Amino acid sequence: MSSSSIAQIRRRGFLQASAATGLVVGFHIPFAPEAAAQAVAAPEVNAWVVVRPDDTVVIRIARSEMGQGTLTGLAQLVAEELEANWAKVTWEYPSPGQNLARKRVWGDFFTAGSQGVRRSQEYVRKGGAQARMMLVQAAANEWKVPVAECRAANGMVTHGPSGRSLAYGHLAPAAGKLEVPADVVLKDPKDWKIAGKRLARLDTPDKVNGRQVYGIDVKLPGMLNAAIRDCPVFGGKLKSFNEAAIRSRPGVKKVVRVGDSAVAVVADTWWRAKTALDALPIEWDNGPNANASSAGVAAMLKAGLDAPEAAVGNQNGDVKAAFASAARVVEAVYSYPHQNHATMEPQNATVLWKPDRCEAWTPTQNGESALAALSEAAGVPLAQCEIHKLHLGGGFGRRAAQHDWLIQAVAIAREMPGTPVKLIWSREEDMLHGRFHPVTQCKLRAALDAQGNVTALHMRISGQSILAAVFPQNVQNGKDPVVFQGLNPPGPEASIGYSFPNLLVDHAMRNPPVPPGFWRGVNLNQNAIYLESFIDEIAAATKQDPLALRRKLMAGHPRHLAVLNAVAERAGWGRPAPDVNGMKVYRGLAQTMGFGSYVAACAEVSVTPDGELKIHRIVAATDCGHAVNPQQIEAQVEGSFAYGLSGALFGECTLKDGRMEQTNFDTYPVVHMRHMPKVETIVMPSGGFWGGVGEPTIAVAAPAVLNAIHAATGRRVRELPLKNQSLKRA
Amino acid sequence: MAKLTVNGVVREFEAEGDTPLLWVLREQLGLTGTKYGCGIAACGACTVHIDGVPTRSCVRPVSSIGASEKITTIEGLSPDGTHPVQKAWVALDVPQCGYCQSGQVMAAAALLRSNPKPSDADIDAAMSNICRCGTYNRIRAAIHAVARGDMKAARLSIQHADGSTT
Repeated sequence: MSSSSIAQIRRRGFLQASAATGLVVGFHIPFAPEAAAQAVAAPEVNAWVVVRPDDTVVIRIARSEMGQGTLTGLAQLVAEELEANWAKVTWEYPSPGQNLARKRVWGDFFTAGSQGVRRSQEYVRKGGAQARMMLVQAAANEWKVPVAECRAANGMVTHGPSGRSLAYGHLAPAAGKLEVPADVVLKDPKDWKIAGKRLARLDTPDKVNGRQVYGIDVKLPGMLNAAIRDCPVFGGKLKSFNEAAIRSRPGVKKVVRVGDSAVAVVADTWWRAKTALDALPIEWDNGPNANASSAGVAAMLKAGLDAPEAAVGNQNGDVKAAFASAARVVEAVYSYPHQNHATMEPQNATVLWKPDRCEAWTPTQNGESALAALSEAAGVPLAQCEIHKLHLGGGFGRRAAQHDWLIQAVAIAREMPGTPVKLIWSREEDMLHGRFHPVTQCKLRAALDAQGNVTALHMRISGQSILAAVFPQNVQNGKDPVVFQGLNPPGPEASIGYSFPNLLVDHAMRNPPVPPGFWRGVNLNQNAIYLESFIDEIAAATKQDPLALRRKLMAGHPRHLAVLNAVAERAGWGRPAPDVNGMKVYRGLAQTMGFGSYVAACAEVSVTPDGELKIHRIVAATDCGHAVNPQQIEAQVEGSFAYGLSGALFGECTLKDGRMEQTNFDTYPVVHMRHMPKVETIVMPSGGFWGGVGEPTIAVAAPAVLNAIHAATGRRVRELPLKNQSLKRA
Repeated sequence: MAKLTVNGVVREFEAEGDTPLLWVLREQLGLTGTKYGCGIAACGACTVHIDGVPTRSCVRPVSSIGASEKITTIEGLSPDGTHPVQKAWVALDVPQCGYCQSGQVMAAAALLRSNPKPSDADIDAAMSNICRCGTYNRIRAAIHAVARGDMKAARLSIQHADGSTT
């Protein structure tokens, strides 16, 4: 059993040597005989747990770490059941190839949808508990005493009557040979000592001294570097390029046609490859979308707002009848633009291709689908392929479902058998060839009776389906169920927090020629903006306090309401916010449910007469059922505001002549330090379920701020981003 | 062969003079702690010090740097990761994905050197590096923690493996 490349590199101190001396050292390539020999020295107790002779506990983490803290959280859960000494815990990634070879003993590698912890917590805790039972049994066997007289704690097994004890490192070889116990009782979370605690992350130290190796840092012996340009117009093709113009440039090794739409330059260094590519004359066939524009997309979506055909996501009662008898109707149309994930680490992959074996080093949120993509692109059977996972320099969904950059890298490496090639996308390539946040519009209509009670709500969403492009098999009868995140009927996933006597939520699918993807928060983002803004619009139209109206409509949704009440109370809703620097401060609320968790936010903003917006403070609450590491949940909540507010303030990719206009952070600004509000996070796990934390809060960032802007200015912003809107008082 | 003084050592390398310092560090000198993020000096992931001045190395032609100018990268900020900024970053668990953090640490170290007690406004002005994970509030707290010499002031109550709490 081999270990992951990174764990081995860490152990061997290769990177320390590299950092200290600046020497360029080659990566150790796993599966070499010495790797196997090393693994034998520290056999596993089971698939999740390896204990080395020095009592170091190595916990295997199948999900990817991209900053969200899942690695540490999962290790806490295993260590909890294992009764490990946390100070001795370290980790390693099993590889997708190993998972395949061992009949998926580590389960799913997919790391998206805020499910890294919640979808694996049960089996990883079980794995930790089984390992503990085997270690205890091994001690009982060695002492020849009944196992019931032995107990495990802090990385040791102690025999009660005699007081003898043995460390896990000593017991592990024998424990690993024992039968895996079938009956396992997991701890009650109230008894947790490691899980549930505010523990420091396991992966921090290397991230502050330059030693953390990301995919973009991979270096293999004899490696070449590639830069690529794909046709900037969506759906366009590569017509021709003039290789002779750059062939004699320094370091250039090869110019490669990649698929039918891209060209890559391979050189000794990436900078030389990139600059040669910049100098390469290329002719494109811009194809059928050469005239596509954001205005055209908006017109297409607008038509969907009133189209007769729409897939129903949630309904009760008779909306048509309710509107027919309404005393009054409130109506508004909202929209939400395309956006790029803009991971700080641009897409990259290093591929070593041979006719009978192909390996890749790449940041991926799904090692197994990366392996499948690699095998298919390489024309090499799965069992002869391997993906070496590295920590991601941001994921946000970009590296979850498609592996377009990896497929390109394989195509390039196939032209250079036996030579490892690292493909790095420039930021410009990354911006032009994102898998964009889907674009939608929404028409909301509320029917009111003579007393101002809401008798019906109709939300018509028109726009892009991610599944139609990414997992079309999951679209049935024109319905993409993911479109309705946060608007679903009552249940454990993304359910609406309000009850209306009559409700209809439906979707007219309109797919523009822009490739969509899962963008952190996915469809919860715009759905929460639409609904939470419109609830405030109803409150304004009926002269009710937004919190009071919500409490009325949310009476049947106690978990949704609990997080909302928590932020309202902490923020001081109902009392004026204190002025900041002589500016009046106004509040706005939002709540939603998604990725298994209930979240709410109260934003405090001021707007100068000239329209300058300042977001001072946000109070946020999360009920994720069980909180595995509260300080990391707080970090995710804070980060979610940075991501969500980046979208709200600045985020848009606009289409012109069939291509995106934004090509770098100068034209695609994001939240900086100076924009970031104070965030106070209330982590309030209510137990009985497991919710995610990486995404849901993003969705309440924008609507809480938009509602606060309305409170401050009377202006209702229905089109994002805010940078395009004037908040100047007339 | 051209020469640069990096982390106290004179290093020789071969590259075109217009090659940005970033790529010489990463590709010729093997110092990959300094990151590529944008190539237009917009994100700060490539921040290094040149004679103590925080510099975005992705747009700095290597030919414009003399051999006597002292370049410090994240690898050379301290021999063993014990620069006060690095210690504060660990104490407050600042990084998430970590990709931007080399640049953040270098920017913060330069700020604190020139301004040992920065105000929030000073931090806003000096820390213009992009973090997509959104670690800004912990970065701010860690800078204040260094300035005050108090890792507990942020009240994050993070429990470390050595038994300490910050």
